[in-house]
Amino acid sequence: MENSTIIRIEKLVKKFPMGKGEFTALNGIDLTVGRGEFAGLIGPSGSGKTTLLNVVGSLDVPSSGSVTVLDHSIGELSAKEAALLRKQNLGFIFQSYNLFAVHTVYENIEFPLLLLKYGPAERKKMVLEAIEWLGLTDKIRSKPPQLSGGECQRVAIARAMVKKPSLVLADEPTANLDAANSHNILKTMEVLNRELKTTFLFATHDEKVISYLRRKIFLADGKVINDERVTS
Amino acid sequence: MIKFLLKGLLRDKSRSRMPVLVVTIGVALTVLMHAYITGFMGDLIELNARFSYGHLKVTTRGYADNIQQMPNDLALLNVNSLTADLKKQFTGLEWSPRIQFGGLVDVPDTNGETRSQGPAAGIGLDLLTPGSKEIKRLKLEKSLVRGHLPGKQGEVLLSEAFSRKLSVDPGGKITFIGSTAAGSMTIYNFTLAGTVSMGHEALDRGTIIADIEDVRLALDMDDAASEILGFFNGGFYIDDTAVSDAQIFNSANGPKSDDFTPVMKSLSQQGAMGTYVNLTKSWSKYISLIFILAMSLVLWNAGLLGGLRRYGEVGIRLAMGENKDHVYRTMIYESMMIGIAGSVIGTAFGLLFAWLIQKYGIDISGLMKGSSIMMPTEIKAKISPVDFYLGFFPGLFSTMIGTLLSGIGIYKRQTARLFKELEV
Ligand SMILES: Nc1ncnc2c1ncn2[C@@H]1O[C@H](COP(=O)(O)OP(=O)(O)OP(=O)(O)O)[C@@H](O)[C@H]1O
Ligand SMILES: [Mg+2]
Repeated sequence: MENSTIIRIEKLVKKFPMGKGEFTALNGIDLTVGRGEFAGLIGPSGSGKTTLLNVVGSLDVPSSGSVTVLDHSIGELSAKEAALLRKQNLGFIFQSYNLFAVHTVYENIEFPLLLLKYGPAERKKMVLEAIEWLGLTDKIRSKPPQLSGGECQRVAIARAMVKKPSLVLADEPTANLDAANSHNILKTMEVLNRELKTTFLFATHDEKVISYLRRKIFLADGKVINDERVTS
Repeated sequence: MIKFLLKGLLRDKSRSRMPVLVVTIGVALTVLMHAYITGFMGDLIELNARFSYGHLKVTTRGYADNIQQMPNDLALLNVNSLTADLKKQFTGLEWSPRIQFGGLVDVPDTNGETRSQGPAAGIGLDLLTPGSKEIKRLKLEKSLVRGHLPGKQGEVLLSEAFSRKLSVDPGGKITFIGSTAAGSMTIYNFTLAGTVSMGHEALDRGTIIADIEDVRLALDMDDAASEILGFFNGGFYIDDTAVSDAQIFNSANGPKSDDFTPVMKSLSQQGAMGTYVNLTKSWSKYISLIFILAMSLVLWNAGLLGGLRRYGEVGIRLAMGENKDHVYRTMIYESMMIGIAGSVIGTAFGLLFAWLIQKYGIDISGLMKGSSIMMPTEIKAKISPVDFYLGFFPGLFSTMIGTLLSGIGIYKRQTARLFKELEV
């Protein structure tokens, strides 16, 4: 499984308009990520981690070069096709959890399944399963404002994982969490990676996250400067 | 999905309360305004109908052409048979001949010399036939200030202010000086039975009300009348029926037309009344439009604020693979739910207030002092079937337009941009 490619990036350049000129955020990235990897983009602030994650997540498009995710060429997708790719195959986890504040934990996790038009029985089974993975069983009826930061991030992870996506993109998922909570959710993600074969791609500069990664891709000034695999 | 949205609306007070409140207030005002204007316009029309226009009016062609001058030399003749014919042909109406006239009212002293004198506008109508509807129509019993209503030939009413000006009391003698239909001078003695106050400046200035038979004698107009007024049995003016009745009547009298040919005119075909009638018909549209515009503006702004607050939600939904137009559509669904809720509540409140005003009325006679046109002195609403659904137009349109406008910002923004804004 680890051998089949899930992300293929070739000569990726991403420029943003800035004032009269342009700013090059990604400057010639070549990278492939295989199925089932637990990899992270590591680099200082401004190195282009989020930008790269957004392009891979089809939230943004390349300026030049090609990015292929699950055999879809990101630059060539229409808005609808990109949405479909995200809906069916991608899960997102952000630094700010972005939960629906007035909906319960259960309803938050159920939402992606509503978009995928699963039937009620199936939805219930899948939501309860995700809730169990993340250890949120006693919080089912709570709403985000009543939860701690760690619990919120666990709900966000459950929401990203409930549809069993092929690829999860996590941008600084531990930035708002203390050490204990960080380790807790990282361990959970590690387990999900192992058991569901979900590919994880992080963007981080948090040492705690880095210590869990099995592949460390170092970015600086929009370029890959180092790519290490941890051999266990 | 709808359930998810509904829960969001119900639980997020800031998402629902303020817009529902705006819609409720707007819709309630729309309904109330409409009921009030309908009541006011209706009153205005009925008031004018009772005193001068009728729901339908028959005069001679010549009289109609110069109606301002009350040219009684062109009065209708053979009125008894004409009235009988009208009753036979138009059974849904009551027909009453009247004479409009002008002249001087003179109050003599014991020697028969003029003590005081003033110009008067007179109405001659059926006061003495038992069961005559004219007394009720002019609300004479309610308007009586002193004395009693005329009970026999030769008794008349003056407006209270006029009688004070002339310093004549009920029981006193007054002399009417005017000209007959043929144009010669006439002097006729009356006894003042009582005085009335109509509450309308225009009527209270110098009015003399007499039985039509007395006026016929005084003006030498045997079996004649200035006009025959028709009133719908239901008591309310119905323009379509009135216009078609008039057309039927006039086409029967069609080609042979001279100054003495009777013509019938609906209330809306007389003077400025047509404008009023048309206003009552089109008014509801204008009110709805005004409220749609005003409320849309408010809700647009509310939507912009709400939209800003919901950037995070919109962003994450897009990230999860929801289409932009689906997000936009769900926001419009939400606004429709808000529109419906606000319209239902607003209509209920609007109807309640309108009903209260309809039942109790608001006296505005104080405000009407010095007005020269006949205006109702009491604000009364009138609830019509339209009021039960009228408010839903501004209610639904304004919320939807508000959301459409405020949503464009989110819709146009690039997905990646939304995320940049999301991060901070
Ligand atoms: N929409 C944009 N318009 C202009 N410049 C942008 C835009 N998005 C990112 N940039 C710039 O591109 C560079 C890389 O940004 P990016 O967000 O990818 O960095 P990052 O590695 O995620 O940093 P951090 O660790 O602070 O999150 C930064 O210099 C940033 O200012
Ligand atoms: Mg970043």
